Amino acid sequence: MSVHEQFAEELALYALGCLEGDEKTSLEKHLEECASCRRELEQLRGDAALLALSASGPKPPARAQTRLMDAIAKEPRGQKADAAIRGRSPRPQWWAALGWAAAATMIVVVAVLWNQNVRLKSSVAVLQGLSEQQRLELGQARRVVNTLMAQDAMHIDVMPVGQKALPPQGKAIYSRQQNGLIFVASNLLPLPAQKAYELWIIPTQGAPIPAGVFKPDVHGGAIVINPPIPAGVEAKAFAITIEPEQGSQTPTMPIVMMGAGG
Amino acid sequence: MAQLYARYSSVVYAVALRVLGDTAAAEDVLQEIFIQLWRNPGAFDSGRGNLAPWLAVITRNRAVDSLRKRRPQTEISETTVSVEPDLAGEADRGRAMEKVRAVLKDMPVAQRSSLEMAYFEGYSHSEIAQKTGEPLGTVKTRIRNGLMLLRKAVETK
Repeated sequence: MSVHEQFAEELALYALGCLEGDEKTSLEKHLEECASCRRELEQLRGDAALLALSASGPKPPARAQTRLMDAIAKEPRGQKADAAIRGRSPRPQWWAALGWAAAATMIVVVAVLWNQNVRLKSSVAVLQGLSEQQRLELGQARRVVNTLMAQDAMHIDVMPVGQKALPPQGKAIYSRQQNGLIFVASNLLPLPAQKAYELWIIPTQGAPIPAGVFKPDVHGGAIVINPPIPAGVEAKAFAITIEPEQGSQTPTMPIVMMGAGG
Repeated sequence: MAQLYARYSSVVYAVALRVLGDTAAAEDVLQEIFIQLWRNPGAFDSGRGNLAPWLAVITRNRAVDSLRKRRPQTEISETTVSVEPDLAGEADRGRAMEKVRAVLKDMPVAQRSSLEMAYFEGYSHSEIAQKTGEPLGTVKTRIRNGLMLLRKAVETK
């Protein structure tokens, strides 16, 4: 063991905060000089954290959150800066006015910077917490997309036993609020050379909007995830046409597949 | 802050309630911890560990100070917690905590009691020896071995 054996038990007690008296003083002195014991202490504190995290119980009552948000809303913001601005008084002498103007400008600059600092600190608090959450959510989102787009992804139609192959079909999932569109198709027919399928949003008003060009895989499957589309479009239907590989701005008839919103 | 609260208030409240055994007092500590985080966001150093264990530890420290009716013994910014393996994810944390709780459950009562008296009740090792009637050396050994068992529990895949 890299830790000095004579301090092993004291380190554990110290990590839990229950060492006291001469033993505590003696250990703290040793820790100043011993890197391996400092490392072990850090690890023991991690072990103690496991003990803390093992606590389980009910969720806090809803009133606790209301109380916290009320308290945060009342936290003083920019008081010093405001007071500094309020405290300045004009001087009648014109030559002094120059100095006062410079001082006032400085106060305003300091106040603005101070306010920015306060805002940034608040933002950092939230961002630090959120970054961990977002990292997890991003990881989950990546897994979903990676699975959908994986080369080895199996696209299997599950249907009643005994039924033969299904006709070409697709499902468009569209959220106007999220400005997101996912389209999954299966059993698509092979395309002529230099042609591709193109997805169209048929809005409640106006011309069809192109929403992604795609080609089916060897099994007739295809997926379009969040193509670039204008925000806030109210869709009434989705349609598929066959277009040149680079796509078109207006659909070429005939429409080969179509579905209307409920 | 609302999202931070939604994600971590359960951890903070559970630890505070475990130490204080009183919902009103636990709510006070919950409030204090999040207000401090709001006032001093730089206190948490993400380079030194994850937020959940850190919050659990600073909550335990504040709750024990409150229980022992003493002024805060450490600043939250002085508290660093490094837990291996990484417990950032809720699922990872959940699995690790299942193992830790299982180890605590299987632990001899006297050993678990010594650990809990030290950590959740804030007793010193000599107070624990006095209360349990055990020799001081036995209490020390039990506490250290108990922590080692917790470490092994989460290290085991």
